[in-house]
Amino acid sequence: MAKQINVALIGNPNTGKTSVFNSLTGLNQKVGNYPGITVEKKEGICKLPRGVKAHILDLPGTYSLNASSFDENVVIELLLNKNDKDFPDVAVVVTDVENLKRNLLLFTQIKDLNIPTILVINMSDRMKRRGISLDIETLEQELKTKIALISTRKNIGIDKLKELINDYKSLSTEGCLDISTIDINYFENLAKVFPNQNLYKLWVVISQDASFGKVSRNQFDISDFEVKSKIEIKALQQKETIKRYQFINNVLKKGLTVDTSKATSLRYKADRILTHKVFGYLIFFAILLAIFQAIYDWATVPMDFIDESFASLSEWVQNTLPSGVFTDLLAEGIIAGIGGIVIFIPQIAFLFLFIAILEETGYMSRVVFLMDRIMRRFGLSGKSIVPLISGTACAIPAIMATRNIESWKERLITILVTPFMTCSARLPVYLIIIALVIPEGRFLGLNYQALTLMLLYLIGFLMAIMSAWALNKILKIKTKSFFVVEMPNYKMPLPKNVALTVVEKTKAFVFEAGKIILAISIILWVLASFGPGEQFNNAEEIIAQEYVGESEDVIEQKLAAHKLEYSYIGVIGKGIEPVIRPLGYDWKIGIGLITSFAAREVFIGTLATIYSVGSADADAETTIKKRMSAEVRSDGTKVFNFATGISLLLFYAFAMQCMSTLAIVKRETNGWKWPVIQFAGMTVIAYLFSLIAYQFLK
Amino acid sequence: MKVTLAELKRGQRGIIIDVSSDFIPLKLIEMGCLPGNTVELLQVAPFSDPMYININDSHVAIRKETAQHVIIKITNG
Repeated sequence: MAKQINVALIGNPNTGKTSVFNSLTGLNQKVGNYPGITVEKKEGICKLPRGVKAHILDLPGTYSLNASSFDENVVIELLLNKNDKDFPDVAVVVTDVENLKRNLLLFTQIKDLNIPTILVINMSDRMKRRGISLDIETLEQELKTKIALISTRKNIGIDKLKELINDYKSLSTEGCLDISTIDINYFENLAKVFPNQNLYKLWVVISQDASFGKVSRNQFDISDFEVKSKIEIKALQQKETIKRYQFINNVLKKGLTVDTSKATSLRYKADRILTHKVFGYLIFFAILLAIFQAIYDWATVPMDFIDESFASLSEWVQNTLPSGVFTDLLAEGIIAGIGGIVIFIPQIAFLFLFIAILEETGYMSRVVFLMDRIMRRFGLSGKSIVPLISGTACAIPAIMATRNIESWKERLITILVTPFMTCSARLPVYLIIIALVIPEGRFLGLNYQALTLMLLYLIGFLMAIMSAWALNKILKIKTKSFFVVEMPNYKMPLPKNVALTVVEKTKAFVFEAGKIILAISIILWVLASFGPGEQFNNAEEIIAQEYVGESEDVIEQKLAAHKLEYSYIGVIGKGIEPVIRPLGYDWKIGIGLITSFAAREVFIGTLATIYSVGSADADAETTIKKRMSAEVRSDGTKVFNFATGISLLLFYAFAMQCMSTLAIVKRETNGWKWPVIQFAGMTVIAYLFSLIAYQFLK
Repeated sequence: MKVTLAELKRGQRGIIIDVSSDFIPLKLIEMGCLPGNTVELLQVAPFSDPMYININDSHVAIRKETAQHVIIKITNG
């Protein structure tokens, strides 16, 4: 079998590069990370004619070979390192027919590295409507390349592209621009010091050192060479850009004609409304409302189904396998833990479905444009809006979505405040406490309970915004903030792209958060299933003596509650009771707060066990509610009264109780410093608010 | 009349005269923010910030603080 052809897909953002990747590889793709950095690495296998296989690497979108982010740096590091196992035999540069001029800038740079390059001109289905005609033969001659004119939307031209990849050996490796023309003396000296080297390659290494940091794996030691200041280098880069555009304009004069009279533009009409100072915002909020409505309506059915399935699976395991520690671990630790992950899949999948659609259509850039000024007042960026919205499903994918915010300060603040957004794990806790302490009734036609829920979402958002504002004042991080957002043309989303994005993001959640939720579930199970001392180890006898004559069910439930009370976790709960008593909580709620670290909604299940309610009951929720509302303190007052309820709601709204989120923050900020600060800060805020609320209301 | 890009009104067009490259991100230069190219202001957010421009057929949004460093000559309006 012949060796695989290494193909690198390169292109500007918004050129449909991912669609080309999807068309070439289908489902034969995997997403990972580049070692050591949080940049997504997408690769796949494509079957070519005559039994040849190609390994396709989808490089991060970049506007040029002058990197300003880790994503873009990945492209340069690969293209400069011939020894990399992914170094391309052939580069495929994807361009959008409507933005050919700008997209060709990157193409000429790749060509100048002397890498065999194929030019893909995508979205050819739009040419007619935009009055564009191309002379492919002339373009191929002028650009010294082979061109595949394709439309991923209409599935045209993919086979041609595959053939070109197969014949990559016949491609010219001649460059487009003689880089030395931008500073003849400088490049003459450079050629003397590094004879027989590609001058443009050297220039990329030099200019990269100045603007982004060393190219880590390059084989040239340029440190001895004449050093230029950053400003000089940038001036030269500008000169280079002008030269490249001169070359491109000359080529396009010969090969491209645009009949402007035919060009009807939907863009201008749509933008006039969608980015309007008033209507733009109204439409955005209407879309948001519709999305939330849909998520909660549609996700309920599968979530209930998953909940019941895991409960019955757990019960089945308990009843079928021989009883013992292993069965308990499986039923109550592992299965319950996996259930705690799977239950969130519907909401997260729906949310990413909507976000993917908004991004694919090009609407999301308009939202970034609309929100930037408002968000900037609070130290955020217009681009923070996507993470904040995603945060209402789950903070984990939301924090991963901050990667495209260029300014480190704005990105860090976004990461730190996103967990204040009301994620879906808080919802079950909110619902049961609201049902317990908020009376039914209506205010101005609005149900009190629904109103409370809305308020909780609102205070989460307000807290996120206000702490962003405070962080912006406190943090002394100097970053060059630059904000250049491309406003792509509006497009119908491609179902395949949307589906793949949803699958990919959901998978990322399941595996990133899943590991941690599972691990914590097991640790918590161990802490709850073992305990020190007589009370725990002789629990069976103690309970049997205390409840003589009671039915087996009652004894079993009392036993579970007794064991939990004297287990290690019960000991911890009692240990923290003095700290949480001023908030109106007893040790039982304390245990619930601790177990919430696996995922907040575990609170309910924990209370069910403590209050000895069989959690596998079909109507468990109403049973728990009844039991919770009947719970009294030593002085005879209700535990879940109005004051404690509000205090708990506030605590869950503000506290950082999610280990998985902390782990993601650690990964995205490269260290424990920020997650620790975030955890401490959020806990203090939650404690203070709950304390004030309880002391004021009791 | 020479003004900065930040002073352009909605619907107005201009030709770029000078770009102070110290303050302009390279990314914007690469998108065509170069002397001689035309620029049109398509839309502004409240307080004229950010600005949505068409520069050399690139449709981009930039902040006002960036636009202040691009010198242009207004050609219509």
